[in-house]
Amino acid sequence: MSTVDIDIKQATDDSHGGGHDEHHEHHGNFWTNYIFSYDHKVIGKQFLLTGMFWALIGVAMSVVFRLQLGFPDANLEFLRPLLGGWIDSAGKLDPNFYLALVTMHGTIMVFFVLTAGLSGTFSNYLIPLQIGARDMASGFMNMLSYWFFFLSSVVMFASLFIQTGPASGGWVIYPPLNALEQASPGSGLGMTLWLVSMALFIVSTLLGGINYIATVINLRTEGMSFTRLPLTIWAFFITAVIGLLSFPVLFSAALLLIFDRSFGTSFFLSEIYIGGEALSNVGGSAVLFQHLFWFLGHPEVYIVLLPALGITSEIVATNSRKPIFGYRAMIGSILGIAVLSFVVWAHHMFVSGMNPFLGSVFMFLTLIIAVPSAVKAFNYITTLWRGNLVFTPAMLFSIGLVSLFIVGGLTGIHLANAAIDIQLHDTYFVVAHFHLVMGASAFFGMLAGIYHWFPKMFGRMMNDKLGYVHFWLTFAGVYLIFFPMHFLGIAAFPRRYYSFTSFEPFGKFTDLNMLISVAAILTFAAQFIFIFNFFYSMFRGKIAPANPWKSNTLEWTTPRNPGHGNWPGPLPKVYRWPYDYSKPGAKDDFIPQNVPYSETKESNLPYEEELAKLEKEPKSNATKRDA
Amino acid sequence: MINVLIGIAALVLVVLLALIYRVFTLVQIAKKRETGEEPRVTSSNRINALLFIIFFAVLFGSIFWYSIAAKDDYMLPEAASEHGGAIDMLFWVTTGVVFFVFFVTHCLLFFFPYLYSYKEGKKAEFLVHDNRLELAWTVVPAIVLTILVVSGWTVWSEITDPAPEDSVEIEIVGRQFGWNTRYAGPDGKIGKHNFRKIDATNGLGLDFEADAANNDDFVANELVLPKGKNVLLKIRSRDVLHSVFLPHFRLKMDAVPGQPTQFWFKPIYTTEEMRQRLAEKGDPNAADFNYHLACTEICGSAHYAMSMKVRVLSEEEYAEWEKEQKPWAELNADYLAEKGIEISNMTSLK
Ligand code: HEM
Ligand SMILES: [Cu+2]
Ligand SMILES: [Cu+2]
Repeated sequence: MSTVDIDIKQATDDSHGGGHDEHHEHHGNFWTNYIFSYDHKVIGKQFLLTGMFWALIGVAMSVVFRLQLGFPDANLEFLRPLLGGWIDSAGKLDPNFYLALVTMHGTIMVFFVLTAGLSGTFSNYLIPLQIGARDMASGFMNMLSYWFFFLSSVVMFASLFIQTGPASGGWVIYPPLNALEQASPGSGLGMTLWLVSMALFIVSTLLGGINYIATVINLRTEGMSFTRLPLTIWAFFITAVIGLLSFPVLFSAALLLIFDRSFGTSFFLSEIYIGGEALSNVGGSAVLFQHLFWFLGHPEVYIVLLPALGITSEIVATNSRKPIFGYRAMIGSILGIAVLSFVVWAHHMFVSGMNPFLGSVFMFLTLIIAVPSAVKAFNYITTLWRGNLVFTPAMLFSIGLVSLFIVGGLTGIHLANAAIDIQLHDTYFVVAHFHLVMGASAFFGMLAGIYHWFPKMFGRMMNDKLGYVHFWLTFAGVYLIFFPMHFLGIAAFPRRYYSFTSFEPFGKFTDLNMLISVAAILTFAAQFIFIFNFFYSMFRGKIAPANPWKSNTLEWTTPRNPGHGNWPGPLPKVYRWPYDYSKPGAKDDFIPQNVPYSETKESNLPYEEELAKLEKEPKSNATKRDA
Repeated sequence: MINVLIGIAALVLVVLLALIYRVFTLVQIAKKRETGEEPRVTSSNRINALLFIIFFAVLFGSIFWYSIAAKDDYMLPEAASEHGGAIDMLFWVTTGVVFFVFFVTHCLLFFFPYLYSYKEGKKAEFLVHDNRLELAWTVVPAIVLTILVVSGWTVWSEITDPAPEDSVEIEIVGRQFGWNTRYAGPDGKIGKHNFRKIDATNGLGLDFEADAANNDDFVANELVLPKGKNVLLKIRSRDVLHSVFLPHFRLKMDAVPGQPTQFWFKPIYTTEEMRQRLAEKGDPNAADFNYHLACTEICGSAHYAMSMKVRVLSEEEYAEWEKEQKPWAELNADYLAEKGIEISNMTSLK
């Protein structure tokens, strides 16, 4: 009973806050408030919902091709209503469509879910809230960023339904396979739409990225120096920088590919005989494309991962009730990873025919990048050590992320060794590696972020029991799906194979493949617990308190449902770093960033005492800035 | 059978979870009645902490169990090439190091939740950083990685060194969807090719006008290798990317149209010898063992079926086999006549 009373009280409190906010958006109507909104919070939610939509489609695709791999003899007739002609008369999945599914799954998960859905959601939602800004530097560009992503999504979605099927040459779209219509049905219109969609996507990413960078540099509230930024913001910031530097290279690669496809140039094509004729192209280099692709492709894996790591840093510290261990080392490793991620790309190409000397160089560089990655993992573990751990669903997913990041990162050490990679390249070992370190990790980061910031986004709590069940099922599922793939890889199973049964050396492991497929189906099913929780809590969840996790960052100083402008009054001022958890002497086990040192005499360290004295002086500045 | 088991397991799991959930809620309601205010954490905090330990046990238990029980399934036969042994060695040393780190980090990661789970009134330690610790875990991985990378680099350099002069050259050509091999014939030279000469008969585009070394070349649709000799594979593709993967020889190299690639190695066991070795190990399918080549670069709808049989013969058997082969030019004399190509240098033909 008592909770209800509190809820009502808070709700009324809030309607005051809400009333105040309305001043900021006098002329809002449904369209400007929810559809073509400039508000970073609305845009963040738009990215989130679109990302969730894509995640469902992307994962459902993987379930279909896992059916094929796990149950090669099964009759898939029941999928005909969905897939139509792609199921042949014998109830078998068409091999071309199998490849299309693999390709679309990769593209969707990497770009639409884990780049747009993750970075797009949380960079948009959190940057202004955590740095104490009213909105992004350019609300208009921000809106455009979402709508370019939306357009890109529409084009990609449409490509699923065309007669010849969507692009099917792998998410890395290597030419000549993806340049020549004769080579594969998906390389025709499907590939054209893929390229159009990705071009729009890149525009969206760049618009968003420029905004994130400008906002973090220029709109930090008073006192929010770079060394007081939450690690989430550091991660989003550096991610945006990486994206800004690498996506244009993919754009140029796509452009050159378009030329090769449609205008008879030979950037990537040379000496090809296909479909009964010798093509006129000579002098191009298919390997050149791989260099261009991976120049984006490798940084892209960190574009996907860094935001998840940033989110994890925040959640682990908050729920350990402890400062993140080695704050500066964390920033250092983010920067190190950012720089190094640009000089390791050719480790994807050890056996592509490039000069073996380059292989040696990239082997050394790649193993260097393992060091900052290791530092991050150790720092997370040490943050847990002697903490006072509260296991919210977000915390569970964050710990899960650290585990997956470690397992997946470790096999990177095998793959970075060019000699070992000779054997392992393009086998299931690589599939295991990157799904754990990137796919599952980043996905866990995204879920952790949703659980953690849901109360801020929607003003209500998600059900934590359902969250626990969701976590444990997903965690077990992910290990069951991806760990066995190491064994398949050691047994030399190549990736992107429609079937292994027709292939003598790979005829084994039907059981293991079946297990993986069953685990995949169950894990997919478990996500509906989350979907239910998400939508149910949005409307029926418990009303969220102002600071449900007792966290230090600024977003929790806004009203329960912040309006446009985020803070009804003046912007908060920042006096301290975001990780003053369990500070000795302090009354509570957290001190928010906007609490001045002068109010926390009991817990100040000597140098903070100095700062406390300074706080009193320039009072006038604070008010001026906000006016 | 396994389906049924999995089905039952799933069902049990769901029921169990539902039960736990129910108990949770009841306990919580009871608690709230008692104290009147909501505690920071509920009993589920403890349960989640405990589940990490159970997860740890099950995870590592099943990894150990499977690694040992299924060893014969996932382990390829020992490397059939000279460099393959070195690669395997690197792989297993790396795996050892990596597994150790995996185990230790997970001991910490999965036991800390239990050791340090929330207690009312307890305060976490305000530990901001520790330079010695941080230096240690930067330097130690750096040293270990350096050792791994240097040993990897030595092997890589040896493998990618230029092929020895005396290597047997074999051309291997990928196309949608199959492979062909071409052997040099008595002159020891593989003739030039030109993709514009390719047609339905001359699938490899042998250019007789440009190079008489083609005259005695013979073509096969299997890969036959001599044991104990250095073999230089000259790899090319006719249409899209493919990749030559010889898993038993620990060998992989992409086939790139317009840009020939290569890989040299020395087979050390004939097919027959490998069968015997497997039989000695008790492999029931030893008698049917064959080396295989697989395509490992996505190349279109039948990528998964793009394989070729590989046979390794003893040197004498290989010489014998070579002698039996007829030059392509001889087998396709009609075609060449029709094209008006005269084979001038008949000496290299037997
Ligand atoms: C310890 C650090 C890491 C090292 C040394 C490493 C090394 C490698 C290497 C050498 C490959 C190429 C394997 C091959 O294709 O044969 C690879 C593949 C890959 N890695 Fe990593 N990796 C590391 C961490 C990561 C991280 C953190 C991510 C993602 C966030 C990631 C994502 C990927 C992806 C997506 C691929 C496969 C791409 C494809 O072929 O489709 N890796 N990794
Ligand atoms: Cu990479
Ligand atoms: Cu192929």
